[in-house]
Amino acid sequence: MRLACSIAIRFLKSGKGQTILIALGIAIGVSVQIFIGLLITGLQQSLIDKTIGRSPQITVTAKEDGKTIPDAGALAAKIQGYGDEIVAAEPASDGSAFLSFSDKTDPILFRGMDLAASDQILRIGEGIYEGRLPNADDEILVGKDLAEKLALSSGDTVKIAIPYGTEKEYKVSGLYDLKVASINSSWIIGTLSATQAFFDYGSGVTSIGIKVKTPFEADNTATKLSSYIGDGNLTFTDWKTQNEQLLSGLNGQSISSIMIQVFVLVSVVLGIASVLAITVMQKSKQVGILKAMGITDRISSLVFLFQGLFLGLLGAVLGVLLGVGLCVMFVTFARNPDGTALIAISVDYGFIALSAGIAVLAAIVASLIPARKSSQLNPIEVIRNG
Amino acid sequence: MAEIVRLQNINKIYGDKIRTQVLFDINLSFEEGTFNSIIGASGSGKSTLLNILGTLDQPTTGDILIRGVRTSDMKRKQIARFRNETIGFIFQFHYLLPEFTALENVLMPTRIQNGKVTDAEKARAKELLDVVGLSGVMNNLSVNMSGGQQQRAAIARALMNRPPIILADEPTGNLDSVSTESIYKLLRQVNRETGTTFIVITHDSRIAEKADRIVEIKDGRIGLDLKN
Ligand SMILES: Nc1ncnc2c1ncn2[C@@H]1O[C@H](COP(=O)(O)OP(=O)(O)OP(=O)(O)O)[C@@H](O)[C@H]1O
Ligand SMILES: [Mg+2]
Repeated sequence: MRLACSIAIRFLKSGKGQTILIALGIAIGVSVQIFIGLLITGLQQSLIDKTIGRSPQITVTAKEDGKTIPDAGALAAKIQGYGDEIVAAEPASDGSAFLSFSDKTDPILFRGMDLAASDQILRIGEGIYEGRLPNADDEILVGKDLAEKLALSSGDTVKIAIPYGTEKEYKVSGLYDLKVASINSSWIIGTLSATQAFFDYGSGVTSIGIKVKTPFEADNTATKLSSYIGDGNLTFTDWKTQNEQLLSGLNGQSISSIMIQVFVLVSVVLGIASVLAITVMQKSKQVGILKAMGITDRISSLVFLFQGLFLGLLGAVLGVLLGVGLCVMFVTFARNPDGTALIAISVDYGFIALSAGIAVLAAIVASLIPARKSSQLNPIEVIRNG
Repeated sequence: MAEIVRLQNINKIYGDKIRTQVLFDINLSFEEGTFNSIIGASGSGKSTLLNILGTLDQPTTGDILIRGVRTSDMKRKQIARFRNETIGFIFQFHYLLPEFTALENVLMPTRIQNGKVTDAEKARAKELLDVVGLSGVMNNLSVNMSGGQQQRAAIARALMNRPPIILADEPTGNLDSVSTESIYKLLRQVNRETGTTFIVITHDSRIAEKADRIVEIKDGRIGLDLKN
């Protein structure tokens, strides 16, 4: 075993140019795999983040239009009790209204949430850039876009009204920026009780937003959760059902990414196999001598398996460096006008390890044929012919 | 003296369609501890005979018995181990491993046997290289040595595992007469001191004459068989 290993290393060292060439071939294959894989994952992640990043993955509403969910606190607790899969269940009550400041009026969504207890879905807290969270029923947060349009700042007093209905004054406790224009320009955030009073919901809420651990299981979780709660008056909507088109697009992308990776893999395997097949011919004299000296067929084939293994390892290490380097370069140079990365590529160690592992495995598989040839070589062929 | 190898009714035919018979019904045995030479014209079948003796080649018909064991009964793995422990080869076309140094080449039979090399074995390898006059180039890759130096390294390698039988096919083919003389003295010395059996193919009649026995191969048959 050790002998086979050291002969393999010596063979690889004596043919440095060839060794580097094969390793480079593997490395390029691995780096392409890593780059494309991470890029597409990053792309999909950012698309999904934009779609569901600040919205619940499952939303519970009353089945009947215009009705609210009574006793939301207890229901939220019951949903939490479903299991580890539920990260957060947050009641919210909202409705459409108009906001006026000085002499301008704009349509808004007035949304009340229990900000102190749980803010894991919208994460409004981290978006506040001026002022603070509302901590009384007459305080609200205004989004950046609307604030700029109306020339608002924290401390101002605004009026919120429903045509021919309630009308009330609120103090702006702070301004937020969630980097999502549709929210920034129309969402007014207040306390849960503020909106319940404003819209006359009593103690009811309009929805309970749920954040789950595995977003891609949201549809199944929604179905299971619905039967777990067992309340016929409630509807459970998941983000996947609502975004079917986006998801089928992403799916197609994943498949083409896998196809690219498979073809890269096949070409790497064929490349290694053909070069190693040539090396076994080049080294047939040496194999013959070693066999005449009493090396077993098993060890003579191990010599080539080890060569495959080392080439695979070398190629994989180089490939990972190259692939990660490509990703870093892409993130550094491909930027939006505002300086943020075009696509945020996150380093997925599992995926990188998988790509490297597959390359090593492929190299070993590719060396099976030369290993077999080496095992079958009869020393007399070499000895007789000089 | 005890018999160490025996060839029984050996026939060797090359080729399937065009059959050329190279050895004809050879019966030959060698005694333990003797120094034997094989002579004969080029193409008479000497190398073929030696390779069959060394289990590298198989006869078309006939048996080889080494210390009473029929080699055709052995499995490939057994043969490999047997070769490593029992036979030292010195080939006509020397055959060092070009990726390894002279010293590493000489140590290779030991590494094959034990998987590792002890200090004592390393010392022995250096001593052998010294005896064949190669201590100055022992760390050269074998491709960086002259033909004669490679041949001498191959001789040191054949002696390394102290095999009871050494088969040599024109071991001094590339050497001048002075070196040839000293190499044969060395082989003869090993033969006397350790009782190693030597079977040596040679073209050099002066060398052949000094052997215990001369076997002449003529057109695939035994011509002369002289014992000194
Ligand atoms: N693979 C082969 N196929 C057909 N004929 C072969 C083969 N190998 C050897 N021969 C023939 O067998 C005969 C004996 O060859 P061998 O190598 O044993 O001769 P030799 O006595 O060692 O000659 P030399 O002194 O030149 O080394 C030669 O005529 C050769 O052409
Ligand atoms: Mg010959």
